[in-house]
Amino acid sequence: METMVEVQDLTKYYGPHLAVSRLDFEVAAGEIVGFLGPNGAGKTTTLKILAGVLAPSAGTARINGYDCFTESLAARRSLGYMPENVAIYRDLTVAQFLQFAARAKGVESIEENREIDRVVAACGLEEVRHTLVAALSKGFRQRLGLSQALLNQPSLLILDEPTIGLDPSQIVEIRQLIKDLEGDHTVILSSHILPEVSQLCDRVIIINRGQIVASDRPENLSRQLGQGSRVHLTVDGPGGEVEAALQAVSGVNRVQSLGENNFLVEADRGRELRPELARLVVARDWELLELKSQEFTLEEVFLNLVTEEES
Amino acid sequence: MSQFRGWLAVVRKELTVYFATPIFYITGFFFLLLAGYFFYTNVLYYNIISFQAAQQAANPQIAAQLNPQQMVFRPLFAVIGIILLFLVPFITMRLLAEEKRSGTAELLFTYPLTDWAVISGKFSAALVIYLILLAFTTSYAVVFGLITRLDWAAVGAGYLGLVLLGGACLSLGLFASSLTENQIVAGVVAFALLLLFWIIGWVQELGPGVLGSVFKYLSLLDHYENFTKGVIDTRDLVYCVSFIYFFLFLTKRQLESRRWRA
Repeated sequence: METMVEVQDLTKYYGPHLAVSRLDFEVAAGEIVGFLGPNGAGKTTTLKILAGVLAPSAGTARINGYDCFTESLAARRSLGYMPENVAIYRDLTVAQFLQFAARAKGVESIEENREIDRVVAACGLEEVRHTLVAALSKGFRQRLGLSQALLNQPSLLILDEPTIGLDPSQIVEIRQLIKDLEGDHTVILSSHILPEVSQLCDRVIIINRGQIVASDRPENLSRQLGQGSRVHLTVDGPGGEVEAALQAVSGVNRVQSLGENNFLVEADRGRELRPELARLVVARDWELLELKSQEFTLEEVFLNLVTEEES
Repeated sequence: MSQFRGWLAVVRKELTVYFATPIFYITGFFFLLLAGYFFYTNVLYYNIISFQAAQQAANPQIAAQLNPQQMVFRPLFAVIGIILLFLVPFITMRLLAEEKRSGTAELLFTYPLTDWAVISGKFSAALVIYLILLAFTTSYAVVFGLITRLDWAAVGAGYLGLVLLGGACLSLGLFASSLTENQIVAGVVAFALLLLFWIIGWVQELGPGVLGSVFKYLSLLDHYENFTKGVIDTRDLVYCVSFIYFFLFLTKRQLESRRWRA
C-alpha cells in the first residue's frame, strides 16, 4: 500500500528539553491512525512538525513523499490540519472564514462555493453560516476547525484532539464524520479519549516521553499487552462459596467479586479458563447465567505501558 | 497563479477584518479631521496673504509668495507626513501580533501559502486602507483647483511622496508587528522606529562627516521633503522602494525563525 506519511529519526528539542526522540513510523494511504500519549509525551510536537509549523531538530518527516520542512509548500498542499486549540479569526463570519481558507488552500474559483457547501453540510454548520466566529459556541468552533481542514479534500488529515470540549451528541457526530473519511483520506488523530481511538482507528501509536512505546491495531494491543487473560462470569449461587471455588481453580491468579453474582477471574496471559470454569459451575449445581472472555481496554494497555516505561 | 490567489485571499481577509473592526473608522476619522484642519488653516493663511497682495499689488515680494502649491499643499504634505508617524502604528500593530496572540498564525501557516504571499498580502491590505484615507484628501486639491490655478504636477509629486512614505512606514510597522504577540508593544516599537527614521538626519546639523551623510541618507524626512516640493528624484524613489523591501524582507526572516524558536 502507498505510504502517505513517513517519519524517520525525528527529533525535536525545545532549548535543552528533548520533546521528541528519534521517532520512526509510517502511515499508509487511507489508514486512520491514533496518536496516544500522556500530556507532554510529544504528540502535538510531532503533529506540528508534520504540519510544517515547527522545524525538526533532526530527522525527517515526509507527506506524500515531500519533506515537511524543505518542501513544506508541496507537503502542505496534501494536508488538512485541525490544531488542538482551534483559533479562528473572531471578526469574520463562518462563511467569510471558509471562503478565505478555501482560497488559501488553492480551491479553484469555480469549485469554491460547491466546496464550501460540502464542508458546511458535512460538519453541520448551516445554521451558523452567517454568524461571527466570536459568537460561536465551543462545539461549533470545533466543527468549523474540522470543516476548514476538510476543504480541498486533502489526502492527509491531521486532527489534534478533534472532540475536545464537545457535548456527547456532538462527539458522536464528529466521530461518525471522521469514520466516514476512512479510505478517501489518511487520518492521524491525536486524542486523550481512549475509547474514541479504539473505535475510530485502524492502528494506534502510543508515545511516551517522545518515544514510541507501542504501535499496532487496538485489538492486538489489548491482546498482546494486556496483563494476562480475564473471564467475566455471572453465577447464581452462594456468593462466598462461588468466589472460593473459583479461586481454587488451577491457573487462576485473582477473583474479584463485582456484586450481584458477577465475578471477574484473572489468569496468566494465553491461559484459556472458560471450559474449566463452566465445568466447575455445572458440577456444583449452580446456575451459569453468563460466561465471557473480557479483553483489556486500551486505557488499561496504555496505563500499563506508560507505567512500565516510567518504572 | 495559486500564490497570486493566496495573496489575494490574504488581502481580502485583512480588508474584511479592517472594515469589521473600529480601528479603521477611528484612525480614519482622526486622520481626516487633522488633515482637514491643517488644509483649512493653510487656505485661511493663503487668503490673508492674497488679500494683502491685492491691497499692495505693486509689492513683488508678496506676489511671489502667492503660489498655492507652496503655501497650501507643501505644508499640508509635510504635516500629513508627521500624522503618518502616529497613524501607521495603529494600522499595522494588529497584523501579525494578533495572529500570534490568538493562535490563528498556527492555522494560517499550515495553508499552502508562501511567507511572501502572507506578508505581501498583509502589507497590501494595509496599503489599500491607507490609500483609501489618502484618497479622501485629494478632494482638497480638487476643490482648491476649481477656485484657483494649481500646479497639478507638483501636487501629484506630493501624493506620490505620500504613497511611498506611507508604504515605507507600513512596511516598518508590519515588521514591528512580527516581533511580538502584544499589539501595544508592536505599536510602540513601530512609532519609536518611525520617529527615529524621521529625525535621524538631524545628526548632520551637528557637523559634517561621513556618519552625518549616512544618517541624512537614511532619513525618511529628507527624502520625503523633495516630493513635498514637487520634485521627483530617482534617489528618493530608490530609497523608498528599498526601505519597503528591506523591512518586508526582515519580516519574512522573522516569520521563518518562528519554526526554529517555537
